[in-house]
Amino acid sequence: MRITLTVNGRAHEVDVEPRDLLVYVLRERLGLTGTNIGCDTSTCGSCTVHVDGESIKSCTLLAVQCDGRAITTIEGLANGALHPVQEAFTSEHALQCGFCTPGMIMAAASRLNEVKDPTEEQIREGLEGNLCRCTGYHNIVKAVQKAAAAG
Amino acid sequence: MIPAEFDYRVAGSVEEAIGLLSGNEDAKLIAGGHSLIPLMKTRLARPSMLIDVARVPGLTGVARDGGTLRIGAMTRWHDLERDPVLREHCPIVAEAAGQVGDPQVRHAGTIGGSVAHCDPASDIPAVLLALDAVIVAQGPGGTRRIAASECFEGFFQSALAHDEVLTAVEVPVLDGAGCAYVKFNQRAIDWAIVAVAAVVRHSGGTISEARIALTNMGTTPVRARAAEAAMAGASGDAIAAAAALADQGTDPPEDTFAGAEYRRNLARVLTLRAVERAMGA
Ligand SMILES: Cc1cc2nc3c(=O)[nH]c(=O)nc-3n(C[C@H](O)[C@H](O)[C@H](O)COP(=O)(O)OP(=O)(O)OC[C@H]3O[C@@H](n4cnc5c(N)ncnc54)[C@H](O)[C@@H]3O)c2cc1C
Ligand code: FES
Ligand code: FES
Repeated sequence: MRITLTVNGRAHEVDVEPRDLLVYVLRERLGLTGTNIGCDTSTCGSCTVHVDGESIKSCTLLAVQCDGRAITTIEGLANGALHPVQEAFTSEHALQCGFCTPGMIMAAASRLNEVKDPTEEQIREGLEGNLCRCTGYHNIVKAVQKAAAAG
Repeated sequence: MIPAEFDYRVAGSVEEAIGLLSGNEDAKLIAGGHSLIPLMKTRLARPSMLIDVARVPGLTGVARDGGTLRIGAMTRWHDLERDPVLREHCPIVAEAAGQVGDPQVRHAGTIGGSVAHCDPASDIPAVLLALDAVIVAQGPGGTRRIAASECFEGFFQSALAHDEVLTAVEVPVLDGAGCAYVKFNQRAIDWAIVAVAAVVRHSGGTISEARIALTNMGTTPVRARAAEAAMAGASGDAIAAAAALADQGTDPPEDTFAGAEYRRNLARVLTLRAVERAMGA
């Protein structure tokens, strides 16, 4: 099936099988390996991308469901300069091994789009779908607070 | 994990979806895909065709019609959680929607997909039972209205026929009654170990009517009839005594999270919490 995906602002026409999951199309067909596959069972959030601006787990979505939609991956989040969440992750030491980081950042950026000026609790709720196996949650939350304050 | 092969069609209308279903015994509808795709990845489901109904026009949003709120079947949890009409007139639906999974899941999953899926641990069925909601389904012979009490037939088994498409869920405007959905789970994104939906009419601390439904206390959501009966006319300590009857007549499952006795205790404790919250405590 031929579908159109606008990924990080660029339109791609791709031939996919209906059973191809979005995460595989992004990683293996478009070469965007910033999006990780952790659990492959919609639990860990490391595959989080934005579809039409909203966070979603790309291991639990068929590419064909996204035909005609706009997708943003971690590669496309920076717009010239780093996104405020990316900036804050570096300054607050919010990553250790970095495996969960792309998904964490995409989940956090989506949360900040939806909730301006979030409380710590609202940030933690916004990251409920993301696991950090290095357990660095404390600094991750601090980074998102810093990004929220930066607007 | 990659699902087995299947054909994929995008339905432009409910009628087209019904036509495709009627012609193929192993076809399945797909909405958000957040119950179905995990099953297909593990081969617990192996449909030969998926019919995408997520973008059929007219199946999303909440509209008020007199004393009824009509919720489009393909409305996502994320939109229900924030819907101003729902939050004002039937807040328990918005409250439960906000407790489903995590933000990513709520950006994908729909109320109709959840009702059709009939997972005993899913949140919205008990809420619909407590509300005496109506499920609207369209099939080759026309439209059918199914009472929530008739809809959740068994373990992952709804009353919908193979060639029926769920189009809407109707819930009452609750003005004058309090409500609450209290869910107990272990990790943030988990399904409920047990949860309780309560809709309570009361004045001056005395209950006139309580409708209580339990999540994950059996193969389907169940009304806590004994507790409901004892709540009528109750105030003060009598409310706690009534809540202690919440597990009567249930047959809770045993799993890695909890044994049956633990679930019974949760049902009693959470019922009291839900009723107290519904009364504004
Ligand atoms: C990580 C994770 C956590 C979750 N946590 C929770 C939770 O805490 N509580 C909870 O309640 N749920 C939870 N869910 C399930 C989630 O809410 C699902 O999205 C929902 O149950 C199904 O909705 P869907 O739109 O994704 O349906 P789909 O997966 O697309 O479909 C589910 C079933 O419904 C049928 N169907 C779909 N649309 C229609 C229609 N219009 N008419 C008739 N049949 C239809 C399909 O054929 C399929 O059999 C979780 C899911 C995940 C992945
Ligand atoms: S890989 Fe998608 S949620 Fe873990
Ligand atoms: S930084 Fe290692 S998994 Fe989160």
